[in-house]
Amino acid sequence: MTPLLEIRNLTREFGGLRAIADLGMMVHDSDLMGIIGPNGAGKTTFFNLLSGIYRPSSGEILFRGNRIDRLRPSEIARLGIARTFQNIRLFRELSVLENVRIAYDSHLKYSPMAALFHSTRLRQAEQGSTRAAQELLDLFELGSLAHERAGDLPYGSQRRLEIARALALRPSLLLLDEPAAGMNPFEAMKLLDFLRWVQKKFSLTIIIIEHHMQLVMGLCTRIEVLDFGVRIAGGSPTEIQNNPRVIEAYLGAEGEIP
Amino acid sequence: MKNRLLTPALLLAGLAISAILPATGLVNDYLQFVLVSLAINAILCVSLNLVNGWMGEFSVGHAGFMALGAYASALLTVRLFPGAPPWLIFPLAIVTGGSVAGLAGLPVGFLSFKTRGDYLAIITLAFLMIVKSGLENIPFTGGPRGLLGIPHFTNLPWAYFCCVVAFWGVRNLVYSKFGRGISAIREDEVAAESMGVDTRSAKLAAFVTSAFFAGVAGALFAHQLQFINPSSFDILKSTEMLVMVYLGGVASLGGSLLGAGVVTVLTQILQPLGTWRMVVLPLMLVLLMLFRPSGIMGYSDWSWLKPRSERNPKPKPEPKR
Repeated sequence: MTPLLEIRNLTREFGGLRAIADLGMMVHDSDLMGIIGPNGAGKTTFFNLLSGIYRPSSGEILFRGNRIDRLRPSEIARLGIARTFQNIRLFRELSVLENVRIAYDSHLKYSPMAALFHSTRLRQAEQGSTRAAQELLDLFELGSLAHERAGDLPYGSQRRLEIARALALRPSLLLLDEPAAGMNPFEAMKLLDFLRWVQKKFSLTIIIIEHHMQLVMGLCTRIEVLDFGVRIAGGSPTEIQNNPRVIEAYLGAEGEIP
Repeated sequence: MKNRLLTPALLLAGLAISAILPATGLVNDYLQFVLVSLAINAILCVSLNLVNGWMGEFSVGHAGFMALGAYASALLTVRLFPGAPPWLIFPLAIVTGGSVAGLAGLPVGFLSFKTRGDYLAIITLAFLMIVKSGLENIPFTGGPRGLLGIPHFTNLPWAYFCCVVAFWGVRNLVYSKFGRGISAIREDEVAAESMGVDTRSAKLAAFVTSAFFAGVAGALFAHQLQFINPSSFDILKSTEMLVMVYLGGVASLGGSLLGAGVVTVLTQILQPLGTWRMVVLPLMLVLLMLFRPSGIMGYSDWSWLKPRSERNPKPKPEPKR
């Protein structure tokens, strides 16, 4: 069976810096994969490569067996890889509903001519997507805020909206970049339940970058550890917790700490 | 269903009034001139707003698109088909003017793939200089002296009609997936791409549509003044358009109308001040930037200007999960 996502010898260089070096990885359907590693380990670079924002220096990314590493981000998004950003990137001046509608728009098929004349078909398509967007917002308890400016929402709601917006693409693979950033342990645990629910409800495969260990260990079935762009370990949460190389990467080698 | 026909009916009534009004003698030639200028300015304003407001880029080259529209249409009526009946040649001239300008919007659109903000603004400035110098150096277009003897085809009904079409066109674009994509580019281009927005097509659509309507305005302008020369389309013309956009309100149809109205009327009222009037408008702009940087109606619109499905949406009560 072809894996959902296969990464072969992926490398990305910035000048002399190898942000991602010779990375290989397989992700299967319904996996809940965590990516951890110290700051600057190349985690976000990895996501930017997956979502097409960066082009790899070398190596291949295969999604359902097809190469996607030369596609534009919008094409990758339409294939079913959606993402959120470490520093929330909503369309702040637009309404909450419009934020989600923009992602739904990729499913609307009508020509520029139809748009110019606002045909009946277009109006029906638009109504359908507005309804779908509203339902999605209701599910995320953002329904009553649909017409608020997205930038006016409280921080936690913005995080939720970003996930809702990503799901409006109807992805099969969701990339979450530090969704618990800025949350206290209680909120992070709420997020854990929420993400479990999301994964079941939308039958997703999730790759999550997160520093909040309790969240990662609780959520993920598999964890990959990066350090300086290199994969240093991978396995179940228990295996990772006891892996000496991981402990070394995070805490330094034995004996260094007084 | 009755309401559905109200707006088209009102617009049609407006067209009838614009046709009858000059015959009644209620409006003299001067007032007609002002009303036609208002319509032309409104078209320019809404077209520039598409790029500078909705898409959030900064084009200072719009006078260039206007010039191309003005010259293309005037060459048609003066050089190619002089003496053709206006009902036949004028619509053709307007569409030609718009199309030539729209075509010139393509290369600028392509350049906007790689450049943004200040850099794109400089590219549009360069575009304007190329157009202006080009027109000055081509003998066929009359060189620096310009084109004389353009027939006076632009009247109130034509100006009104073109203005309605421009607003209708921009409205339909803005309230479609393409328009939402254009707004998404303004808010965050990387996020827009990641959410499946084909930002390249959206940029092309914005630049071409915008240039097209600027060209239409140019065609009307040429056949109103009956005389055009390259220096009618310099950076000051672009500046005037910018003032209208940022005064009325960015990303707003109503704001475009308002901005064009205020600038047109003020230009006339301040006529006695002579060159000093060029101090008043910029001063207004300074105050506006200080107290209301997105313009009077920035990012909002009167509901009658929106498509029915986008009006006064009532949020639903939040259900329990």
